Amino acid sequence: MPEKTLLNHSRPPIFCPGCSHDQVLRSLDKAFLNLGLAGHQICMVSDIGCSGFFDVFFNTHAMHGVHGRALTYAAGIKLCQPELNVVVTMGDGGLGIGAAHVIAACRRNLDLTLLVLNNYNFGMTGGQYSATTPNEAVVGSGFLNKLDKPLDLPALAAAAGAPFVCRCSTYQKDLTETLERAITYKGFSVVEIHGICPGRFTKRNKITPQSIAQDLAAKEQVCGEVAANQRQEYGLAYGREAAAQPALPRPLGIEPLCQAPQQTRQEVVILGAAGQRIITAGEVLALAGLAAGLHASQKNEYNVTVLRGPSISDLILSPEPIAYNGAQRPSVVIALSHEGVERRRGGFAGLGPEVLILQAPGVELPPSAGRVLAMDFKGMGIKAADWALASLAVLARQNQVLNQQMLVAALEARFQDKTLAAVKETLARVAS
Amino acid sequence: MTLSLLEGNEAVAWGAFDAGCRFFAGYPITPATTIYNTMLALLPPAGGIVLQGEDEIASLGYCLGASMAGYKAMTATSGPGISLYSEHISFAIASEIPVVIVDVQRLGPSTGYATKGADGDVQFLRWSNSGGAPAIVLAPVDAADCYTLTMQAFNLAETYRCPVFLASSKEIGQTRESLDLSALKRPPLQERSMQPAESEYLPFRPAPGGQVPYFAPIGGRVLSRQTSSTHGENGYITADPKEVQALVERLDRKLTGAVESFSYHRLWPAPGGETLLITYGVTSRAARHACRELAAGGRPVAHLVLKTLWPVPEELLRAAAADYARVLVVEANLGQYVREVQRVLPQKQVEFFGRMDGKLISPAEIKEAVRA
Repeated sequence: MPEKTLLNHSRPPIFCPGCSHDQVLRSLDKAFLNLGLAGHQICMVSDIGCSGFFDVFFNTHAMHGVHGRALTYAAGIKLCQPELNVVVTMGDGGLGIGAAHVIAACRRNLDLTLLVLNNYNFGMTGGQYSATTPNEAVVGSGFLNKLDKPLDLPALAAAAGAPFVCRCSTYQKDLTETLERAITYKGFSVVEIHGICPGRFTKRNKITPQSIAQDLAAKEQVCGEVAANQRQEYGLAYGREAAAQPALPRPLGIEPLCQAPQQTRQEVVILGAAGQRIITAGEVLALAGLAAGLHASQKNEYNVTVLRGPSISDLILSPEPIAYNGAQRPSVVIALSHEGVERRRGGFAGLGPEVLILQAPGVELPPSAGRVLAMDFKGMGIKAADWALASLAVLARQNQVLNQQMLVAALEARFQDKTLAAVKETLARVAS
Repeated sequence: MTLSLLEGNEAVAWGAFDAGCRFFAGYPITPATTIYNTMLALLPPAGGIVLQGEDEIASLGYCLGASMAGYKAMTATSGPGISLYSEHISFAIASEIPVVIVDVQRLGPSTGYATKGADGDVQFLRWSNSGGAPAIVLAPVDAADCYTLTMQAFNLAETYRCPVFLASSKEIGQTRESLDLSALKRPPLQERSMQPAESEYLPFRPAPGGQVPYFAPIGGRVLSRQTSSTHGENGYITADPKEVQALVERLDRKLTGAVESFSYHRLWPAPGGETLLITYGVTSRAARHACRELAAGGRPVAHLVLKTLWPVPEELLRAAAADYARVLVVEANLGQYVREVQRVLPQKQVEFFGRMDGKLISPAEIKEAVRA
């Protein structure tokens, strides 16, 4: 049998005399009892400000954190403990500072109950204006509250996708019943509860339970399910989607199947542009190294833009474990675009005659002592987007850094099915 | 030896998975996003949960809720996200909520440059909370460390009930390298100490003989009470000076008093050498090259790679530096950790070399700094 109250005997409420929070607290306690809930079946998650005491005054699980973020803890808790009744209390202050989380919670529809105790001001810090302070109120923020339009939470919540929204008064007779409906609703429920802050707000503003009732009567009546927002609860929907996801296989190694053409550390720099699949080609080269039992490192450089700018991949293949993985003495430079070459222009002067430079059509090279091999991709009928991969085939034909066997093993590790067939077909044109 | 090719970020995700992490929340940010991507592929099919937070504040908030509900939780971001995490880092430290936070550092300050690396956050991670309580920060050198240290990070978070940072960087997180994941030594998993049944639960009373309280998950039979407010052992807000002082001293002591048991590092002594090189993160890799070449050239230099940055492993630093008159700290920033080394080794000649321009510090530069 549940206790007659879930209020905390060791921590009696300490709200100001006449504070609406005290009445909501007792109403919530009644709602819990009417629903037959025991303390361990409930978690009170509270925000900052006077509503932030709710967790203390209940004999339930409790989590009280920083301002505006209560809904985030509540979501984490609920996803991990789906059977728990998670009730969040925040004030109109928490609503303002945590608005992004309120919107996210409405969109998500996790089975939480959010009670926003709206008393139109920041009670604890001196009655400053909040997101809901009426323009005509006199509060601790000078003239500022005359300028910002008060937020209509029920409208916001409904627009953001909350499936259960209620605007009500602390003083209405059916508050307990309303809270029970919100708690039992299977989904995200938002209840805005208007009330009086005797500590601050009523010092300079005439407000009574009757005036609140009149104000609410003048607004749109909202209390219950929002028809357009009915859908499966997030946790259930998440479980359904997750169950359909394939498991990620553990990273599969590549068994060494041959020896690399050179048994010393080889550095390859691929100088390209975004969109040329430079990073993919670099990965294939690294995988080719693994196929020859080598260690590999691939360090990439690109701008924050997506399909613009240079894209560079620094590859190292080495029989020894690789410590420093910046390019020091490349044995091969693959020049595929002007942007990439420009970014590393300074490095060309130092290239010796032992360095092989693969030059794609239309790419001008800065002066260097390197051995240049012009690649006739146009003659081979290979598109620019495939140049990076095709240059690996050129390199394999030169038997430098990698050979054909390494390349094929890498392609088969990296691509599957149709893509693999298409890549192989493209690279076959290099061989012809 | 069968090698596979993994990014440091992917290795972090696998380390988290193998440590039993089943909750991840994060906000997309270069260069950390591939941790989120990998966790999203890993956890939901395994019964875990991945959320994309509406912002970084929410992402860590979700993790704190999940951790209090008994899950091992992780988030990952870069410098700008750590800025937003700050209030929840404070919460996790003050209220002893286990969580692993990966900072894949990018070039700063501010939003900096997303696709360039640096180690510019190492003091920021230490001091990112209000109140100044200590945190644990581990620093990987390569993808293998990303795996192992992430597992250690979970062990430490569970053992000491605190956030544990992994200070990775773009140069580690987004670099692919060959790795035999199955051959890496896995630390035995440690779990938070649970409240024994049938006894009165005071959520912040240290367990007998230790510094860390028992844990009772939110949602269990025992009522769990969590608060970001200054609290006594009973978990209620308090301003009682004795209770407050006991709390803040314990938060400090439980980590600074234990760091010798998790001072992860590699040390290559150089008998007869005069210089100890101290590095962490990706710079350690250039330093290894430099040390090998210096030794080959007849100038052996000792090298200490720190993998636990915070709390400062003071005993380790003193022991490692004992035989050397000169200590050279090389960092990918303008000199952050060298302050700690100078503080711990006041009698040594402590020098600094560093740069923070988005380029790796090279072996040649380190050799030059050693010879200077």
